[in-house]
Amino acid sequence: MIEFHGIYKDYAGVRALQPIDLRIDRGEVFGVIGHSGAGKSTLLRTINLIERPSGGALRIDGEDVTALAGERLRDLRRRIGMIFQHFNLLSSKTVAQNVAFPLRLAGRPAGDIDARVRELLARVGLEAHADKYPAQLSGGQKQRVGIARALACAPTILLCDEATSALDPETTASVLHLLGELNRELGLTIVLITHEMDVIRRICDRVAVLDGGHLVETGRVADVFLHPRHPTTRRFVLEAEHVDERERRIDLAHAHGRVVRLTFRGEATYAPVLGAVARASGVDYNILAGRIDRIKDTPYGQLTIALSGGDVEQALRAFADAGVQVEEVA
Amino acid sequence: MDALFANVDWAEIRQATLDTFLMLGGSLFASIVLGLPLGVLLFLTGKRQLLAQPLVYAVLSFVVNVLRSVPFIILLIVMIPFTVLLVGTSLGVAGAIPPLVIGTAPFFARLVENALREVDRGIIEASQAMGASTRQIVFGALLPEALPGLIAGATVTAIALVSYTAMAGVIGAGGLGDLAVRFGYQRFQTDVMVVTVVLLLVLVQVLQMLGDRLVAHFSRR
Repeated sequence: MIEFHGIYKDYAGVRALQPIDLRIDRGEVFGVIGHSGAGKSTLLRTINLIERPSGGALRIDGEDVTALAGERLRDLRRRIGMIFQHFNLLSSKTVAQNVAFPLRLAGRPAGDIDARVRELLARVGLEAHADKYPAQLSGGQKQRVGIARALACAPTILLCDEATSALDPETTASVLHLLGELNRELGLTIVLITHEMDVIRRICDRVAVLDGGHLVETGRVADVFLHPRHPTTRRFVLEAEHVDERERRIDLAHAHGRVVRLTFRGEATYAPVLGAVARASGVDYNILAGRIDRIKDTPYGQLTIALSGGDVEQALRAFADAGVQVEEVA
Repeated sequence: MDALFANVDWAEIRQATLDTFLMLGGSLFASIVLGLPLGVLLFLTGKRQLLAQPLVYAVLSFVVNVLRSVPFIILLIVMIPFTVLLVGTSLGVAGAIPPLVIGTAPFFARLVENALREVDRGIIEASQAMGASTRQIVFGALLPEALPGLIAGATVTAIALVSYTAMAGVIGAGGLGDLAVRFGYQRFQTDVMVVTVVLLLVLVQVLQMLGDRLVAHFSRR
């Protein structure tokens, strides 16, 4: 469990991170999204104290670690793995030596190190590449080495700094899949920062939105993703859906009737609700925009429709009764 | 052949070559031993680095700059009393090594600092995140990552030393450069000049080739 109590950070008199109160639970995948310069990188680095907060307190598993130094700080850092956008592998060492590096730093006996390295490389599917140098690997393979290295000392927390931002979509999917697997099988708490809502949608349980050093929105991914409240969050969601906000407004202006947004979640996605309600109430519906996808493991659908004719009020009640969330779109 | 190199005393050439090798080897070794830690310290105390210490950095940097800006020929002479104190003589191979080291160690230290700066900062950050101490970061990550750059720096230093050893003849150091000046220049024995210059040229070429090979061998990028 990671708790931020009024943590803030100043750089040369400029506040990069406004006081933040946040609690990340054990075993969850927590995402922090923000544009570059929003402070997400600073937020992530305060967790292993690579960035010292200018004020506030940081507690990990109940222990106040804000002031740790020397050997006790290094000990804390061994319990927190970290992976990076540009992997940060040692180019002069082989894959196996890179994974062994944190174990050597921790002073483990050589015999134990070899066995542990083999186990870790098997875990990330790179047994065959143990003796290669990082320059001989693809981006996805390098990140897997990074993950194996981060897991070497059996941490309980894994910090991911834009871990998939330098990877192509297919490789991103496989790395996210691996992270999800580690979260489930090892009970690893994962904190990741990204500027892509899609990454959040695919593996996070909860998300925090940072804007200009302020934490503007926090919540379960499904809630934040389907019903964004803050303008910044809304922009991220629209970006993820590849929707141009201006074009959408023009489209909606052409629609006739009441424009509403229906959100189906979980079981409601599988039922033929729309047709049934239309028949019963006699309304005509015109689908203006829509998306059917998954948020982590939960399927969802979101449709913007224009209703005309028939009994619109009855139709809206019927949607609500069927477990579909209805919002008026102005 | 004999007519062409009438003035050349091959035994003398052999002795001079040997002296050059001794001066070069001894002073290169000492320059690395002194310059490497100095360069690491310059790097670590620099701006936004692990042990950032503006005052320490400013002082070290100033000393290095002063030593590097003294013309070597002047340094040779200024150093004489100190050299006598250190090795008992200011003559011969032994007398040449202290000024050579003082002349090149700061130069090598700067090259070390630059080579370390070339290492990706992300490597330092990753090492810190793994719980490495500063010492572990220097020996486990920075120096191995910078090895090709360090070897290239040592090669440049060695070649600079070759030309410095030639100048050391002024204070009676011996070696090929000394031979070239005393016989080739002062006695107008062009053949001696040609032989020594060719030998120095070959020496520089061999050093550069060796350095390049080592750099290529240790580069994994």
